[in-house]
Amino acid sequence: MNLEFMQGALPLYASALLLTLRISLLGIVLSLVLGLLCSLVLYQRERERSRALWGLGKLVCVYIEFSRNTPLLIQLFFLYYALPKLGLMLSNEECAVIGLTFLGGGYMAESFRSGLEGVSRVQFELGLSIGLKPLQLVRFVIFPQALALAVPALGANCIFLIKETSVVSIVALPDLMSVAKELIGMYYNTLEALFLLVLCYLLLLVPVSFLLTLLERKLRYAEFGI
Amino acid sequence: MIYINKISKWYGHFQVLNNCSAGIKKGEVVVVCGPSGSGKSTLIKTVNGLEPVQAGEIIVDNTVVTDRRTDMAGLRARVGMVFQHFELFPHLSVMQNLVLPQRKVLKRSREEAEEKAMGLLQRVGMQEHAGRHPGQLSGGQQQRAAIARALCMDPVAMLFDEPTSALDPEMIKEVLTVMVTLAYEGMTMIVVTHEMGFARQVAHRILFMDEGRIVEDTPKDIFFKTPQTLRAVDFLSKIIH
Repeated sequence: MNLEFMQGALPLYASALLLTLRISLLGIVLSLVLGLLCSLVLYQRERERSRALWGLGKLVCVYIEFSRNTPLLIQLFFLYYALPKLGLMLSNEECAVIGLTFLGGGYMAESFRSGLEGVSRVQFELGLSIGLKPLQLVRFVIFPQALALAVPALGANCIFLIKETSVVSIVALPDLMSVAKELIGMYYNTLEALFLLVLCYLLLLVPVSFLLTLLERKLRYAEFGI
Repeated sequence: MIYINKISKWYGHFQVLNNCSAGIKKGEVVVVCGPSGSGKSTLIKTVNGLEPVQAGEIIVDNTVVTDRRTDMAGLRARVGMVFQHFELFPHLSVMQNLVLPQRKVLKRSREEAEEKAMGLLQRVGMQEHAGRHPGQLSGGQQQRAAIARALCMDPVAMLFDEPTSALDPEMIKEVLTVMVTLAYEGMTMIVVTHEMGFARQVAHRILFMDEGRIVEDTPKDIFFKTPQTLRAVDFLSKIIH
């Protein structure tokens, strides 16, 4: 391995790593928010039969199917190449973050929903019986328990989304993957370039994985109290 | 205190409650018994509006439960309920379980709520477990904490839905002891239970239900000595060994 080459390439990888991290973080936070909203709509629809909620619920279902059953690559292509034809220009980074949020929102919604549905119905009755209003009930009783149940799935989604950022080079963003590809194209140091690439992803994902395990343990404590 | 006037309820075509009427005076302890599926739990849950009824009227402490305009959360805050599966909120400690409804529903301050909670935990013998989570407690301990939580709200009446049916025999007594004390202190109580010992000791009246009807509404002595219906005679012969 050419250590000198690797040393020289390090600053490139470092700035790409920061970019990947920034896009991932934004995408994860936004898709968590979007997913939570979607899952609450679906959850409330089960309990309250109103026409507005029914329509909104249908919309959410369509969105979830769309986001989960189309590849990110194609979603990004659409945002980057098709939207300008409709008169909407987005920057590369906006495209990447919006694409990631669109994809992640669907997955997060399903994970939150599994958590919400995992909370026993008796908890609902119990909360009502002590005089909590429906919103208080969701906020203080149902949601904390649902979150504890959903954390493993949500965590898996986070890691999945970070890995998915490896396709954002198609909207001309200098992320880790594109740096590696460029270096290979220019210098043919395939081994070194790919080695650094793998290293960078590990550097990014192993701590995330570790943090998620800690978080899971903390929240599960709340659930089971062991 | 509680008036149940000709209420009926259907699940689809199946009638769970059939023209049930009963009145419970302040300080009265009424035990509801009967075979499973006779509508006991449904009846008790209509009293705080957890189960809506399709016909009839229920009035609790001058509030019309069956009126759609009634503030149900406000009513439920005044009527304590204890469930079969000793339900606490599993993500909160015992103390937090008792404090949450006081703060969110009654808007008490934290200090006030904690003081009240500690006092009631002492009453049910649970003060040492205030910091624990429900998962770390036995069924009997959870049920006693659930009773304390209901009492925190200073209820005008208490509803018990088979509070001991899911407990190990050894733990039944500790829960019944708490309930007996409560009855002697003059709490208005409706108790769905098969614990005939409890009924004999503290009940004023027994409601015997079968197939969605209240078929007997008699003082306990009469119910145990000379049941009025064959169905009740049959039931008692099976339940009392």
